[in-house]
Amino acid sequence: MRVESQDPLAAAAGRAKALRRQVEDLEGTDVRDTLVAALYAKAEDIYQNSVIEPQQRVDWDQKVDDILTSKVLGYPLMLLALGVILWISITAANYPSELLATSFFAIEKHLSAVFAKLNAPGWLHGFVVLGIYRSLGWVIAVMLPPMAIFFPLFGLLEDLGYLPRVAFNLDRLFQKAGAHGKQALTMAMGFGCNAAGVMAARIIDSPRERMLAILTNNFMPCNGRFPLLIAMASLFLSGGFARVNLIAALIVAAVVLFGVAITFLVSYILSRTLLRGVPSFFTLELPPYRRPQIMQILVRSLLDRTLPVLLRAVKVAAPAGGIVWILANLHIGDLNIIGHGASFLDPLGSLLGMDGYILLAFILAFPANEIVLPVLLMSYLGVGAMLEFDSLAAMKTLFASRGWTWVTALNVMIFSMLHFPCGTTLLTIYNETKSRLWTCAAAVLTTGTAVLVCVVITQGIAVLQKLF
Amino acid sequence: MGLGQMIYTLADMPMGTAGMIMRLKAQSSTRRRLLDLGLVPGTVVRYVRQSPLGDPIAFDIRGAVVALRKVDAQTVFVDPVKE
Amino acid sequence: MCFIFPTVGPKMNHRDSVPRHTAADYTICLAGNPNTGKSTVFNALTGLKQHTGNWPGTTVSQTRGLYQYAGKNLALIDLPGTYSMLPNSPEEKIARDFICFGRPDVVVVVVDAACLERNLNLVLQVLEITPKVVVCLNLIDEAKRRGFSIDVRRLASELKVPVVPTAANRGSGLDCLKKHIWNSASKKIEAWPNLVQYPEVLECSLQQLEVELTRISLNGLSKRWVALRLLEDDKAALTLIKHYSTLSTGRWVCNEG
Repeated sequence: MRVESQDPLAAAAGRAKALRRQVEDLEGTDVRDTLVAALYAKAEDIYQNSVIEPQQRVDWDQKVDDILTSKVLGYPLMLLALGVILWISITAANYPSELLATSFFAIEKHLSAVFAKLNAPGWLHGFVVLGIYRSLGWVIAVMLPPMAIFFPLFGLLEDLGYLPRVAFNLDRLFQKAGAHGKQALTMAMGFGCNAAGVMAARIIDSPRERMLAILTNNFMPCNGRFPLLIAMASLFLSGGFARVNLIAALIVAAVVLFGVAITFLVSYILSRTLLRGVPSFFTLELPPYRRPQIMQILVRSLLDRTLPVLLRAVKVAAPAGGIVWILANLHIGDLNIIGHGASFLDPLGSLLGMDGYILLAFILAFPANEIVLPVLLMSYLGVGAMLEFDSLAAMKTLFASRGWTWVTALNVMIFSMLHFPCGTTLLTIYNETKSRLWTCAAAVLTTGTAVLVCVVITQGIAVLQKLF
Repeated sequence: MGLGQMIYTLADMPMGTAGMIMRLKAQSSTRRRLLDLGLVPGTVVRYVRQSPLGDPIAFDIRGAVVALRKVDAQTVFVDPVKE
Repeated sequence: MCFIFPTVGPKMNHRDSVPRHTAADYTICLAGNPNTGKSTVFNALTGLKQHTGNWPGTTVSQTRGLYQYAGKNLALIDLPGTYSMLPNSPEEKIARDFICFGRPDVVVVVVDAACLERNLNLVLQVLEITPKVVVCLNLIDEAKRRGFSIDVRRLASELKVPVVPTAANRGSGLDCLKKHIWNSASKKIEAWPNLVQYPEVLECSLQQLEVELTRISLNGLSKRWVALRLLEDDKAALTLIKHYSTLSTGRWVCNEG
């Protein structure tokens, strides 16, 4: 039995229904139309009474937009912007990265000396210095400089108002893929952090299109993954070229474009299978350009993006470094635990054109993508010879000694671009969708894509190499 | 243009020209959103730009530049305005 | 015969809805179209640093901050950008819900001085919900540079609410804004804003509905606004109104069994 008093609004609603009919008969349109028309008429009236518009409008915004959204230049300029930003980030980050790496390893020597003087046990030295400290050093040296340069540059574009133009240029493709044009904005946000990108999907009203944006956001490399991409590109693929940084930037840009292409493809497939439906109504305002606030950008990008990301990486990298060191130095039989894990994953790894250690590093880096590289180095180094590490070039030697080729590096980049979202992002997906199923789908979908693409690349290249 | 004028929509306007909103074909939520943008009958809008791939297209609506997809623009009937 | 009404209330997701700031004496919220520099105003008032960007989606969820004026604590809430009080997306809904049901003491509507006509639409809609509005005419320097000349006095007298020109990125006009917010919050000035007059037949119906609504406790909601929603049969809003107006009285709750 239900106990309740009568809903008083219901009576008013009944009255409203009769009145509505009356109004609509007299006005000849929906009540809504009449309301909105009156609101706009009033706004127009007030506007005309209180504002004198400029006599002659030299509309710079229009002139700039004519170029930025032009048929011929629209796309090339977007690519150029992406390429230039990456190129500046990579080039300018080289020197400070080396400097940081050198100083960290200089300090490491002193730390080791202190441990030796105190007669500390070897495992303690290993755990603290070779595990925690070294992975911290790596994370900071590799991540901080490119981030500190990339984020302000991106912030500049953001502050100017270029991003809505990007969405405007790209919308046709999203439409073809059955997705919402504002997905481009959530992707731009994903460049910073995928969890933020997933949150930003709230600007999309249609639940179907919002889900598409959420599920595919991970295909945009967040800043935690950029250092890995940059390191891979500059270490391997561009070896031998004179303009290493330029080529590396082009490679990273190409990988990012690949991520965009995969986003379109997966959205396309999803909106014809799991998330069937037609595109909903879409509008996008192209706001006036604004003079960027340079100081604001510098401060904000440092405080809102660079430092939080770095702190998160440091928080995860420190314990992970210690744990990985232990795993690398605890032996079962004549192999350490990392080795056991790696050899278990090795068949799958080699199918994907990588090895078991790399896959293990990706798995161990689930809490934060930032630590893939340090974990990988640790796992490699923990076994066998202790290499001295004071330059990025040393990393190349190490990887080469592990049998890496350019195909390995390429697969690492692709896998990093496409694989499962990090823990934080998955948690955000769950919070936004309130669905365990869709959260799992986000992980399965991305990882599935990553595996598929890596297998195709590896096997394809193997076939080609046999042929030629 | 006679009959032609009956089916003249935002999507049919030549670039750079202006038109006055006459009627909205869309119903329910799409109609609401178009109205919300300021596309109420009597409003004069100008077709200002086109995306590199031809769609979406952007209009100056009450001093703001707003992009619409062609599918949606086709639901808004306009009268060409001569200047 | 009974009305089935959910006990939990209509999709008022707690994480998404904005709770009032309890530690503060007054709660002020910032509303406005995207790209009007709301977040810059917010940062300038609270000193709290929030990321700003020239595109929608930058302020996805609301941000809160505190500032002091006349020895009182004012909580400031930065709502996501919205074009209208008829929400089109989850984030616009957050803004609408807070203005309607969050009981802010003052709503500051931040408008772009160079794109005023479009922005006024939102101001007029907010005025239908609450008279406690201060219009922050932001980016005034930019508008001047573009050649707009705005008669602020005239604008204020047309709207019959305070209008404060600001250039928040340079910090100008903010003291005046704070003063007007304070005046409005502390009820030093009672506002009778200039509401939109609809065609006569519509106004007539509204009056009849408002009379009907006097018999109902609306928990402080504007009768005119509720009447408007009833008249246009905005089902989503009506469900929320129904839920909201029963919050304190606790009636109409369905008990199974």
